[in-house]
Amino acid sequence: MSLQSTPLYPLHLKYKGKIIDFGGWELPVQYEGMGIIKEHLMVREKAGLFDVSHMGEVLITGENSQNFVQKLVCNDVSAMQDYHVLYSPMCYPHGGVIDDLLIYRYDPAKYLLVVNAANVDKDYAWIVENLIPGVKAENVSSQYAQLALQGPLAEIILQTLTDTDLSQIKFFHFNPAVKVAGVECIVSRTGYTGEDGFEIYVDPEQAATVWEAILKAGGERVSPIGLGARDSLRFEAKLPLYGQEIDKDITPLEAGLGYFVKLDASDFIGRDALLQQKEKGLKRKLVEFEMVGKGIPRSHYEVQKDGIAIGHVTSGLHSPTFKKPIGLALIDSKFSAPGTEIDIIIREKPIRAVVGQGIFYRKRTKSK
Amino acid sequence: MNIPEGLLYTDEHEWIRVEGNTGYIGITDYAQHHLGDIVFVELPELDASVAKGEPVGVIESVKAVANLYSPADGTIISVNEELEDSPELLNLEPYENWIATIEISDPGQLQELMSPAAYSEFCSGLED
Repeated sequence: MSLQSTPLYPLHLKYKGKIIDFGGWELPVQYEGMGIIKEHLMVREKAGLFDVSHMGEVLITGENSQNFVQKLVCNDVSAMQDYHVLYSPMCYPHGGVIDDLLIYRYDPAKYLLVVNAANVDKDYAWIVENLIPGVKAENVSSQYAQLALQGPLAEIILQTLTDTDLSQIKFFHFNPAVKVAGVECIVSRTGYTGEDGFEIYVDPEQAATVWEAILKAGGERVSPIGLGARDSLRFEAKLPLYGQEIDKDITPLEAGLGYFVKLDASDFIGRDALLQQKEKGLKRKLVEFEMVGKGIPRSHYEVQKDGIAIGHVTSGLHSPTFKKPIGLALIDSKFSAPGTEIDIIIREKPIRAVVGQGIFYRKRTKSK
Repeated sequence: MNIPEGLLYTDEHEWIRVEGNTGYIGITDYAQHHLGDIVFVELPELDASVAKGEPVGVIESVKAVANLYSPADGTIISVNEELEDSPELLNLEPYENWIATIEISDPGQLQELMSPAAYSEFCSGLED
């Protein structure tokens, strides 16, 4: 399969991005002269600009759109107002996760679903398979480039490029027609870093104009950020990554996403399985942990208690903010209490770790 | 890419500086650059007998895990413990910060390693 590139690819070369194959997309993992740790801290302290054009978009239209979207996802779509954004897992009938997505509501007859790049084809096929009368679904991924401007200075920088009052776009809201540097964009106050910031959807042909305008307006206060720091930032903020914290074999309840599963509000695919799981009690749970012994936990490392396998690490890293290794693990619920000692198997050796709670980055998103 | 004279190089991007029977082992500028920010070093085991090409330690960056391979047969006689607290020294000065020293048991093996010129050519062949 040939690699796909985003409309911003020439600019990644211009800014000396180290290009990798990310699920079939040519994207920068980091930029020369910066590196993952510097890029990570830049977003925490100032602002960073990400190319996330590989994300997929599916447009749902028609009179029955609200009912249809509700059928697909676990969160409560009926509670949304126009120009709200909602995060939700989308599940199989057995409760495993197909994908997690953002739902943009224009009105009850028009929704834009933003899905993970690696899952676009699978998601779209699932959506079409489950269509109901009075609804149309279109894969419009190629019609949008997507940029994310994240960090405490994101609003100040973006405001210099638009007449729209960005303070009026509240957390998890969007404005479908914001002129950024003269280019019409969809702008939402959302992101994947744990910082305040925006995601900006734009015509692919105009993406480079917007990208360059933001970097110019931000000057020393903003840098291009690669996928490496995107992962370390989302991880520190305990935001789930498909394929690690959530997967077809992991339910949103096990992954600690119960807040986004509204079992009482409505019916949806997977509800019966999740209801049953909740009633029976969770056999395994996602826990935070930090290392006691020396070593860095990595995705898929085994977790043991007294020599017996009890689960696996979903994500782990040397945290750039806390300057120590921390991790998330999906383990037998019996051992999920904070303070429980567990062992992470690193290169066939058990290395001591301890289950924690609240040890991850406290998000600085603007919830009001 | 910095490739100093006076050192020998492996195709796994280690360097060795030989003084008598002792070899100082580290990773090259190419290695640290490609790994990115180094956040953890698992040092070789002191007094361990090691064979050429055997993994004797581990270098971890934010994204990657890489083995450190011994450039020669011998015994590990010291390790640089400073790297446990400051692994980023390998990024900053890869040739000033050796990882371990080895008592070389078969000096003849050193002839199989690359000269600075040969290693430079080897690296340019890897550039994509």
